[in-house]
Amino acid sequence: MMDQAPRIVADRLVKRFGAFTAVDDVSFEVKRGEIFGFLGPNGAGKSTLIRMLCALLRPTSGRAEVAGFDVGRHPERVRENIGYMSQKFSLYSDLSVIENLRFFGGVYGVKGARLDERIDFGIEMAGLTGRTETLVSTLSGGWKQRLALGCAILHQPPVLFLDEPTSGVDPISRRRFWDLIYALSADGVTVLVTTHYMDEAEYCNRIALINRGRLAALGSPGELERGSIKSQIVLIECDDAGALLPVLQGVEGVRDVAPFGSSLHVMVDSADAAIPAIERLLLAHGLRYSRIERIIPTLEDVFVQVVASASSMERLQ
Amino acid sequence: MRWRRVKALAKKEILQVWRDPRSLMIVLLMPFVQLLLFGYGVNLDIKHIPLCVFDREGSQLSLALLKRFQASNYFKVVEAESTYQAVTEALDNGRCKVVIVIPPDFSERINDLGASSVQGIVDATDDNTANIGLGYARSVVAGFSGVTELRWSGRRGSASKYQPMTVQSRVWFNEDLESRNFVIPGVVAMVLALVGAQLTSLTISREWERGTMESLISTPTTPMELLVGKITPYFVIGMVDAAFCLTLAVFWFEVPFRGALLTLLLTTSLFLIVVLGLGYLISALIRSQIGASQVALLVTLLPTSLLSGYTFPIDQMPKPVQAITYLVHSRYYVTILKAVFLKGSRLDELALPISLLILYAGAVLFLAARAFRQRLD
Amino acid sequence: MTLPVVISVSGLTKRFGELVALEQLSFACAKGEIFGFVGPDGGGKTTIMRLLAGIMPPDTGSIFIDGVDVVADPQRVKAHISYMPQRFGLYEDLTVDENIEFFADLFEIDRKSHEERMARLLAASGMTPFRKRLAGQLSGGMKQKLGLTCSLIHAPQVLLLDEPTAGVDPVSRRDFWRILYGLRSEGVTIVLSTSYLDEAERCTRLGLLHSGRMLHCDTPNALRKLMPGDLVSIASEEPRKARDLAARTEGVQSVLLVGDGIHVVVDDAARRIPELERVLSESGVPFDRIEKASPTIEDLFVSLVGQATIEQ
Repeated sequence: MMDQAPRIVADRLVKRFGAFTAVDDVSFEVKRGEIFGFLGPNGAGKSTLIRMLCALLRPTSGRAEVAGFDVGRHPERVRENIGYMSQKFSLYSDLSVIENLRFFGGVYGVKGARLDERIDFGIEMAGLTGRTETLVSTLSGGWKQRLALGCAILHQPPVLFLDEPTSGVDPISRRRFWDLIYALSADGVTVLVTTHYMDEAEYCNRIALINRGRLAALGSPGELERGSIKSQIVLIECDDAGALLPVLQGVEGVRDVAPFGSSLHVMVDSADAAIPAIERLLLAHGLRYSRIERIIPTLEDVFVQVVASASSMERLQ
Repeated sequence: MRWRRVKALAKKEILQVWRDPRSLMIVLLMPFVQLLLFGYGVNLDIKHIPLCVFDREGSQLSLALLKRFQASNYFKVVEAESTYQAVTEALDNGRCKVVIVIPPDFSERINDLGASSVQGIVDATDDNTANIGLGYARSVVAGFSGVTELRWSGRRGSASKYQPMTVQSRVWFNEDLESRNFVIPGVVAMVLALVGAQLTSLTISREWERGTMESLISTPTTPMELLVGKITPYFVIGMVDAAFCLTLAVFWFEVPFRGALLTLLLTTSLFLIVVLGLGYLISALIRSQIGASQVALLVTLLPTSLLSGYTFPIDQMPKPVQAITYLVHSRYYVTILKAVFLKGSRLDELALPISLLILYAGAVLFLAARAFRQRLD
Repeated sequence: MTLPVVISVSGLTKRFGELVALEQLSFACAKGEIFGFVGPDGGGKTTIMRLLAGIMPPDTGSIFIDGVDVVADPQRVKAHISYMPQRFGLYEDLTVDENIEFFADLFEIDRKSHEERMARLLAASGMTPFRKRLAGQLSGGMKQKLGLTCSLIHAPQVLLLDEPTAGVDPVSRRDFWRILYGLRSEGVTIVLSTSYLDEAERCTRLGLLHSGRMLHCDTPNALRKLMPGDLVSIASEEPRKARDLAARTEGVQSVLLVGDGIHVVVDDAARRIPELERVLSESGVPFDRIEKASPTIEDLFVSLVGQATIEQ
């Protein structure tokens, strides 16, 4: 019988540093085996939130439960049940693969036969069989990443935190890494990810968009793309986006124009009204385009809109 | 060389020093503290040395001698014992540092032979105090009677008979005011050597560590512009520090100044250029701030304190070591300073050390400009 | 009308001891292009930038920028270019204004024109209210924008940016790109390296690097056409089951798990979509949408590199 109780519960979490509120009344639940992502601009409160969930910071008010333990009352128990993989992998570059694994094993209190077993598992998972004596400094990004993951799960934690896990790693290694994460998730490990990478956010089952300490949106990537923002997005495919960009910004009803891939995403109040107006304008300027239509916003559009509207709200106040 | 770029580099450097508490401390506090520390630390006014006496005669004459010791500010009679065992035990236990033993035939010998001797034992673990104590004891005895000689031996520490170190005894007793005149100029040289090198040793390595150097070398800036632009502000700061130290030397420590101000300024500028160039060279070779700063310390502190002629006279050193001192930049400056202060020497009289210093400066700057690698591998 | 070639690189090779960072690299950039290098971290991307900037000599090969032979005369090219390294060295203890003025002085820009340009650039990045702030106190995104402003103050012909938006949030990234697009109209040629593949699509042309060699070099659209097969996106609440089923279906080349479903590479979307629908329904695997999707540069990179690795 699968345990259906949520693995992570955040209930009206608040963290204040003096007069500054870093996290402002955030609540959510993460199910067992879910891959949950935190997206948000720098300084939005993501790291503070993660630190509270890792029991490294005590909440000012509200509570959180991770793997069944309250972060305020039993921080040590929480930390025993967490694996953490930090941004630059925190491996010791002057130690070998096996030395790193043994070190982290010691740190997490894994000993004896169990440690050997977990080390073998980690080595195989990372694909480093036969290379255990290699110095970490000679490994490239993808290998280090998988090794770091292996080190983070030596103690088989039910919850795993990944902080910008694939920054700078090539796409193939990235996919391989996510295959491993999916395998862990299938085994019931709950994974929390923070990222700036829209592509990476797409790998998550659900995403929490954090802006200015608040939960601005929550849902699966598809849900967010379809439901969260009020504006509509018009896609224009053209050869010279640079030339069109400044022209479009002046059009009425256009809130924002952004380059996206080799096309432009235009954020408008109403696509039906905007499209003909844009077409007329482009024609008048003699600017060519191959496609113009309303599209479903991408995650990046959602992100940008949510953040931008919060800023303009602030400016208005 | 484009002066606008040099000016921009200098201005940036000044702003950075001003806003960096660590640099400011080096610039302002370090010279002041060091000058005071070394100035007073080398204070040779050692007084109230604990003395133990063993009067084996107990005559009026011996008592009179002992009374002189008691009256002297240099000593404090802490014990009077009646056996050798007791006085050596007092020495071993550290209750006294010097022991005076008056032989049982003291007055007899003076009356009969016209000469006598008194025995002194010093705790030789602390060479400094031992020497000084000895010197003082000798003076007390000599003051008592021209015909009485002080024979001495050392106990503990380097128990072998050690040199009377005549130069030291000349410097260190009865001349402690004059000793300062020799010491302080050396301290000024040391302070400038240390501070100057520390200032510039951080400058290049800091930029590499912070990543600003990589973008700097992709601009049209040339290594020479970088050298001049970076050293100039530190030169100004260094001259201010030097002025401060020298003023302190003359007005606080009261070292007599018999030379010309212009000579002092010119020679100090020259020395400063050498010191700053040295720091820059270290900084260009070692890309980490901590490494550069430590090497700078090593290269300036040890040679300056040991081999510049500030603490130990060069002509007393073994010949090979003397040859090495030619490489020590502060050696030249110490010579110049002492000469300008105490002898009032003029520029032409100092031609030799000055030209050697100019040579040194040229070599250092040349190496510094070349050592700076404008490429990444 | 063909635009003049501003950058021309041929046979570039660079080794670090035993590691071959770049091997026989050749490419050219036309005026006003945004040329992007994409490839794994620690690969040749930073090395290429440093070679182009003249701060590192190549082992073999030639580089010509704006007519200047960079290998023979690196000092001369520096006035034509602006290089922004990965950790752009801003002077953290100097204010925004002081940083920009410093670079303006280094390039000897005439005072009046630089002030006007500075004000314009700062306004474009939204940094006007922060002019008196110390650079060290800016957020990551703003630091990058400041770095860009410092790079642009002397109106270079060529801009070299090494991973300019690494670690920067998407909002600042958009601002950054708006500035870059604006530069194109001024005829500035931009060469950048990035590991954000979604960003790579904004470049005029891309160079895909792998193991120090250039795999392909073309516009994003042309590269997309290179990808064998079509991409089909299926949203499902049980992605793993969907994946297992899809992997066994005929015509499917690869399946990728994503957060809310799967991406399937098939030989022909029109044929395979109804087949996949059937397979999923028959096994009772729920799915919301199944549609043809545009392959991303990441999809492309993975399949092209995969091919290359097999060929090696």
